[in-house]
Amino acid sequence: MLRIKNLKCSYGSIVAVHGVSLSVKKGELISIIGANGAGKSTLLLAICGLLKNWEGEIVFQDKDLKGMSPPAIVRSGISMVPEGRQIFSPLSVMDNLKMGAYTMYRKGLKSQVEEDFDMVMEMFPILRERAHQLAGTLSGGEQQMLAIGRALMARPRLLVLDEPSMGLAPKIVEMIFNVITTLQSQGVTILLVEQNARAALKISHRGYVLETGKMVLQGSADELLVDDDVKRAYLGRDYGDFYDGRDA
Amino acid sequence: MQEIIQYLFSGITTGAIYAVIAVGLSMLYSSTELINFAHGEFVMLGAMAIVTLWVHMALPLPLAFAGAVALGCCMGLLFERLAIRTARTPQPIVLVIITVGASIFLRGVAMIVWGKDPFSVPAFSRHDSIEIAGAALLPQSIWIVGAAVLLAGGIHFFLKKTLTGKAMVACAVNKKAAWLTGIPSEKMGILAFAVSTGSGAVAGIFIAPITMSSYDMGTMLGLKGFCAAMIGGLGSLWGAFAGGILLGVLESLGAGLISSGLKDAIAFILLLLILYICPGGLFSAKEAKRF
Ligand SMILES: Nc1ncnc2c1ncn2[C@@H]1O[C@H](COP(=O)(O)OP(=O)(O)OP(=O)(O)O)[C@@H](O)[C@H]1O
Ligand SMILES: [Mg+2]
Repeated sequence: MLRIKNLKCSYGSIVAVHGVSLSVKKGELISIIGANGAGKSTLLLAICGLLKNWEGEIVFQDKDLKGMSPPAIVRSGISMVPEGRQIFSPLSVMDNLKMGAYTMYRKGLKSQVEEDFDMVMEMFPILRERAHQLAGTLSGGEQQMLAIGRALMARPRLLVLDEPSMGLAPKIVEMIFNVITTLQSQGVTILLVEQNARAALKISHRGYVLETGKMVLQGSADELLVDDDVKRAYLGRDYGDFYDGRDA
Repeated sequence: MQEIIQYLFSGITTGAIYAVIAVGLSMLYSSTELINFAHGEFVMLGAMAIVTLWVHMALPLPLAFAGAVALGCCMGLLFERLAIRTARTPQPIVLVIITVGASIFLRGVAMIVWGKDPFSVPAFSRHDSIEIAGAALLPQSIWIVGAAVLLAGGIHFFLKKTLTGKAMVACAVNKKAAWLTGIPSEKMGILAFAVSTGSGAVAGIFIAPITMSSYDMGTMLGLKGFCAAMIGGLGSLWGAFAGGILLGVLESLGAGLISSGLKDAIAFILLLLILYICPGGLFSAKEAKRF
């Protein structure tokens, strides 16, 4: 569904991504893990069109994304939940969701948008309570839910999430990850970037490890979870280790 | 007493025009975060266009009106396309300087087209003035205030209630996030320019009959509109509107009761006071921030 070949992204003289290749098949849940500054967000920005001057090839459903504007990419079926939520704080929760559905409204699919409101509100009941509150007043967790809801309003076939668990309490992280698996089971293809490597790999089919702009490792999630290098570098100890009595 | 009411009437009338100018500025600011220092020149273009179309060419008033507004919109679009969008480093300070340059350019072009002499425009309606408490209220004033309220209300409705308007606000708040949700940010910016400069032209059309119109009228009006928008708190449309009315009334009272030489100074004294005492403006938009 999504195929990236030899992608190279740079900011001026700084090369952030050196020749990365990856592929995502329809219905898969793929995670990309890597340390801070590895180039994960840069890779996602190139996919959704916010980054312009990349080299290589990004093909989504047989369509070359080179030179497409971000709105055109959204219309072709990719939605992104950006790093740090980036909700529209002076707009109400409802209006944020409406903005997410902008392309749907423009295609004249108003009744589908109404269904999607219900779908999102059901997924995140707290948003229904807060529907008329200004988005900037939401808590961090609620803002993340809103950011995901907003991306879903465009009915993406591929949902790209950049660190959705950042700065959230374990309970909320669990809930968000549950939502991600539910979405996947409903047929949305998902590309997930995470610091929270263990949690991400546990729900994924496959994973990629990015290190200083290079793809150093890839494999099925189960393989990566037991890989020694991955364990040392990214998994460390987490809550699970203490509860399960295992040691990483 | 009668005098004061008379001053109030004329103050509210000019104030309504300042309000429209301020609303146009504020609207552009809230959808592109750009302060357009050439806004006054679009007011001038509106006034000069009504001189040409209505007074000189004797077109029917509605047609002349539409023509003048269309000229304002088109010039705004050209301005956006040729000066703003081509900026190689679109940082706010660069763009602001571009608008200052554009204002000098537009004034120069207007001087070549219309010459240096001021023009007068007759009142739009020729009814007798209405007497209230001994003061004369011109029908023209009712026109102006009504149109100002309608225009500001329209823009307010557009930004708060329509999908396109909200998308415009979303672009101003977070352009990249707006892009990611599929909103074509550039188109929104273009639309904002057209609406803002068009409303500037409307202000010019309405001010033409109550003052003399000349190629250099825009500078002062633009600055007054800027003062009004600052008084109201940039980004708040009703604040800008109230700021305009307040400025008009204070100017009129100050000029009438103290000294007519004070008229233009009042705006700037007020602006300084506001910046000093409450820099966010009197009616600044509530920030939806948690800290
Ligand atoms: N606008 C920019 N200009 C210059 N360099 C940049 C810019 N954005 C990112 N970089 C650099 O590119 C590299 C990759 O950044 P990126 O944001 O993709 O990392 P990341 O993997 O998402 O990290 P994190 O996990 O901390 O979010 C970093 O070294 C960063 O300093
Ligand atoms: Mg990142």
